[in-house]
Amino acid sequence: MSAVNAYARTVAAVLWKDLTAEIRSKELLSAMLVFSLLVVLIFNFALELDKAARENVMAGVLWVTAVFSGTLGLNRSLALEKDRGSLDGLLLAPVDRSAIYFGKVLGNWLFMLTVQVIVLPVFSILFNRPILNPMLIVILLLGTAGYAVIGTLLASMAIHTRAREVMLPILLLPVTVPVLVAAVRASSAALINADWEDIAPWFNLLLSYDVIFIGVAYMVFDYVVEE
Amino acid sequence: MPQRNLTLLNLLTLGIMLIATGLVFFYAPTEREMGEVQRVFYFHVAAGWIGGLAFFVTLVTGILYLRTNNSRWDMIGYLSVEIGLVFSLINIISGSIWARPIWNTWWTWDPRLTTVTILVLVYVAYIMLRQSLEDPERRARFAAVYGIIGFISVPLTFFSIRIWRTIHPVVIGSGDPEAQGQMNMTPAMRFTFIFALIAFTVLYACLLANRLRLEQMAQRVEQLKLKILSA
Repeated sequence: MSAVNAYARTVAAVLWKDLTAEIRSKELLSAMLVFSLLVVLIFNFALELDKAARENVMAGVLWVTAVFSGTLGLNRSLALEKDRGSLDGLLLAPVDRSAIYFGKVLGNWLFMLTVQVIVLPVFSILFNRPILNPMLIVILLLGTAGYAVIGTLLASMAIHTRAREVMLPILLLPVTVPVLVAAVRASSAALINADWEDIAPWFNLLLSYDVIFIGVAYMVFDYVVEE
Repeated sequence: MPQRNLTLLNLLTLGIMLIATGLVFFYAPTEREMGEVQRVFYFHVAAGWIGGLAFFVTLVTGILYLRTNNSRWDMIGYLSVEIGLVFSLINIISGSIWARPIWNTWWTWDPRLTTVTILVLVYVAYIMLRQSLEDPERRARFAAVYGIIGFISVPLTFFSIRIWRTIHPVVIGSGDPEAQGQMNMTPAMRFTFIFALIAFTVLYACLLANRLRLEQMAQRVEQLKLKILSA
């Protein structure tokens, strides 16, 4: 039991470190937030939509915003670790490395969710639709979780490459297509208050994706960070 | 692989591909509704099959590399991606050629086509990842990891998109009656089809063996260059 405790404590410690650093500098959140709002704005100008079409694309725009700002956050989060040498410090600690990974995933997930919490009301106003929808919240949680899980792993690889921040979207976007597709479809359905049968397949897909890739990341993270 | 075996493999591949081509054009009957253009199907599906096989090989060699740290696995995995990418592109282009007269469009965002596009993007990203890493050991490790992640994501991608309606003919498996371009195969067609699959698998093995030999020689040249420069 104490091994589980130690593991949980490590995860919590890494998470706490990220949150504290972020609360003090607000570097990540402000960048992600401003970027999200800009993306929403650009979509408004780029897509000349009538009312009906605008309602159709709302879920899509929501997730594109999440994906782009999420990429930003993932990049910065891992790049900061590498540049300040804190990644090396973490790896020297006598802890299970996957615990470090999960701590970072939770941190990135929370950042993405925070940005979503602030951006959603803006969405609600711009698209003139109510968004306080429990099913939508659940889908947001699952979708951003899947994105954060695979994103943290790939970002850990991308920061070592020559192209650095440019590499992450190239690596990340093709493999997160299932998340994007399922999340957008499920969100669309949730926004029109569709039946559970319509949302269920997407929900299951998101869940499967999250579980499968948490497992894969757990097995593979050691190889990514070893020196 | 010793030179003599490689030459034998090359000759075998040449022979089997010639026979397959002959079968496709002369032995297989003309399809009733689609006409001659249906013959694209034999090599189109075979190319798609090899794409999948090649990427599966990359998955396996990736896992083997992570466990054994033997750089030969990494080399085979990378070369397999190269070949797989070529065959996937052949798959897409031959499919487009077939689609133009049958569906009246070069392209559509049906599940299989979309999935193959994403497959190609994943492995192009794999190659870009390799090219942007200099340290060979790290490059091999990261490539192995990405190869594993990429391969696992593809079935999920397929299922996610498939829940939409498809117009791509489902030759093996349940058919959506509304899918256009469906066909049943006569025994002659079935034989040609299976033969083409086997022929392409032999072609894949041949290309991989030759490419591997080329890569090993290139590495020897590099080593010799370093030796001379430092002497």
